[in-house]
Amino acid sequence: MEITEIYEKLKKVFETGLGEIKTDIPTEPFFFADADKIDVICMFLRDEESLQFDNLSCLSGVDYDKDNLAVVYHLISYVHNHRLVLKTLAPKSNPVVKTVTDVWAAANWHEREAYDLIGINFEGHPDLRRILLPEDWEGHPLRKDYKVPEFYRGMKVPY
Amino acid sequence: MGILNKLDYTAEKFESGNIIITSADKLLNWSRLSSMWQMFFGLACCAIEMMATSASHYDLDRFGIIPRPSPRHVDIILISGTVTLKMATRIKRLWDQMPEPKYVLSMGSCSNCGGPYWEHGYHVLKGVDRVIPVDVYVPGCPPRPEALLEGLIKLQEKIRNQSIAKKTA
Repeated sequence: MEITEIYEKLKKVFETGLGEIKTDIPTEPFFFADADKIDVICMFLRDEESLQFDNLSCLSGVDYDKDNLAVVYHLISYVHNHRLVLKTLAPKSNPVVKTVTDVWAAANWHEREAYDLIGINFEGHPDLRRILLPEDWEGHPLRKDYKVPEFYRGMKVPY
Repeated sequence: MGILNKLDYTAEKFESGNIIITSADKLLNWSRLSSMWQMFFGLACCAIEMMATSASHYDLDRFGIIPRPSPRHVDIILISGTVTLKMATRIKRLWDQMPEPKYVLSMGSCSNCGGPYWEHGYHVLKGVDRVIPVDVYVPGCPPRPEALLEGLIKLQEKIRNQSIAKKTA
């Protein structure tokens, strides 16, 4: 099923929660979904008979633009052999996105990584703590405005 | 006779009577440099070269360099790869657990000076010598097994010239 068909199908079910669709771009087409509805939308994408997105291929955090962070979901259906890219924006002032760990268990560590490096808070995540960096690290280093600390535990960090 | 041949450069031999006279320094240094047990520990792609050096083709065993699983057994630690800040705290801890005399060989650009991460690596320690004292630096990215062997032989030379009476480092 093509992304436009999927989008139309979702439009019929969800009156709110879906953003604009972008197909006229050099990369894979995608559409936006709202951060507080993403868990319901993903559950529908997984369970609907004609969609059956049974695999979360990747979940990534992105420093999207001046005001927003984003989470990008790459979904694959092994049953129907189709794929989908879904994005959700979260404002930098309060980046909260609903977790999808209840939909795909694979999201657990991916969301922890997005929290660790970008600083997105996933509401409802069972164990949201750093996964790569040390526990006492300050800040989220893949943000564009991140400044490297002078020292970490007495070790000089810059060259 | 093996021992006699190895001690040749240091010792006086008496032809009959199986007596060797040598100095304590030379005997200690000879025994230390001939059995540099190594911390079993790899960090990044350099570790692959280190493993290749340990394996049969280059055969570190012939220098008496045997990987050991505990820092309490070892004489040298090969820092083979990128030292992240998270790992640096562990390296310091391993180093503190090693018994004296102990030596460090820093292998590859990353552990020498940060390597390709020198500017944009917020997570990389820019040289392991910021945490522990390094005896020999081996350049390369990663160094060939021959380069690593050269570094280990340099370390053997350093040990050969040590003295228990005066501090060298």
